[in-house]
Amino acid sequence: MSNVLFDIPGPKARARHRVLAGLGILAVAAVLAYIVYRFIDSGQFTARKWEWLQFAQVQRDLGNAVVATLEAFALGAVLALVFGAIFAAGRLSDHAWLRGISTFVVEFFRAIPLLILMFLFYYGGPALGISLPPFAAVVLGLTLYNGSVLAEVFRAGIQALPKGQSEAAYALGMGKTQVMTLVLIPQAIRSMLPTIISQLVVLLKDTALGFLVTYPELLYYARYIGSQGAFGRPIVPSTIVVAAIYIALCLLLTALANYLERRQRRSKKHVETERPQPTEDMVGVA
Amino acid sequence: MDVLLDNLDLYGPFFWTTIKLFLISGVASLIFGTFLAGLRVSPVPVFRAVGATYVTLLRNTPLTLIFVFLVFAYPLLDILELSYFTAAVVSLTLYTSAFICEVVRSGINTVPVGQAEAARALGLTFTQILGQIVLPQAIRSVVPPLMSMLIALLKNTTIAAGFSVAEAGAIRQYLSERGDNQLIGLLWVALGFIILVAVLSLIQRALEKRWSVAR
Repeated sequence: MSNVLFDIPGPKARARHRVLAGLGILAVAAVLAYIVYRFIDSGQFTARKWEWLQFAQVQRDLGNAVVATLEAFALGAVLALVFGAIFAAGRLSDHAWLRGISTFVVEFFRAIPLLILMFLFYYGGPALGISLPPFAAVVLGLTLYNGSVLAEVFRAGIQALPKGQSEAAYALGMGKTQVMTLVLIPQAIRSMLPTIISQLVVLLKDTALGFLVTYPELLYYARYIGSQGAFGRPIVPSTIVVAAIYIALCLLLTALANYLERRQRRSKKHVETERPQPTEDMVGVA
Repeated sequence: MDVLLDNLDLYGPFFWTTIKLFLISGVASLIFGTFLAGLRVSPVPVFRAVGATYVTLLRNTPLTLIFVFLVFAYPLLDILELSYFTAAVVSLTLYTSAFICEVVRSGINTVPVGQAEAARALGLTFTQILGQIVLPQAIRSVVPPLMSMLIALLKNTTIAAGFSVAEAGAIRQYLSERGDNQLIGLLWVALGFIILVAVLSLIQRALEKRWSVAR
């Protein structure tokens, strides 16, 4: 697509591009070199700042922190999928009151920042005499917010299917439940799977908000180890390590989504539907 | 109602800080995001690679992590001192731009090939084609998702509460110091955001109507 904007370069353009590329590399290298220089100058690359990584106890704790992040992610993902399925069904219901309630719930939880939701459960609970542990507050927040988003994804997936699918099923004498479960949902899930997984990437990133409600997940641990005087307060190294872990985890999930999308495009069973435009929910809140 | 009325001195200025955070990082993200999109479609492969690397890295990093880095780690590097507010603006901008870039790029894809071809036939350069022909059309066609990104940015400003910026997300902390009911206080904050999001959605719809390109 990008060669819409420019011709295949000729000899002169190629020479110019080489000059530009050289300048670009120089500029990027200069910025990187300056950053590295600042790192070295402020002693971030000294052995003392990195030796914490060698301690078996630290490695175990770091592992546990990754597990804590994945626990919140896994439970949040499962519950969000269930929540999404229920409310998508509600929004597609034939009963106006059910549609109304579902629409309200979905729109409500999407408009509130996820962090405020977590605060509501964690700090607001005690006012009602319910004290939730941070883990529950994080999972509840993730479920309600991402569940609402997934409800919209499911709904869009079903509505994007060709009309003939449900018409044919009704003509065969199927009831609404049968049309949904036997004809529409299997196709919608197929076509929406990449979008659903992208949303799970968002959910994974959002677990980092747990840091702000004292849930001891990966980022919380990075901050903790980074403040340890015994290791020379290695906050710069610890955030770098943790960032690498987050990026690796997210890229793995994204790779899964891409793989499914490619496989789907080859599949004959695939129904071509129009993907909805990207929404704010793909940004994630964390 | 009491919690809101008793603490209007908190809600007013704190929500105002939220709006300031949103406006400044919104404009900055739009500019930087469009610049990144320009890099990603440029004829020079190195520029494309730089843009792609930036977007991949930033899109897969939690925003909270960027905040932690800028607020706790960055000062140790002794580069340029940032206030908490500035650090929040920078974090939000760095993160949101990666998403804006992708939206703008998808908008560039919707511009008919003939537009750029005609411009090229007239002898316009790449920068002219992008700036005067393609981007204006591209941005018009992606107003709805662009506004969605800004709505997300608005909600994301709450994270600054965890990093010493006195914006709406931080109201709770002050309420707890005053011994007020945090649950009610937070519900008012939530309502505030629902209203702000609704306003942005209205703007989104109005712009959509006004700016949609007939194709």
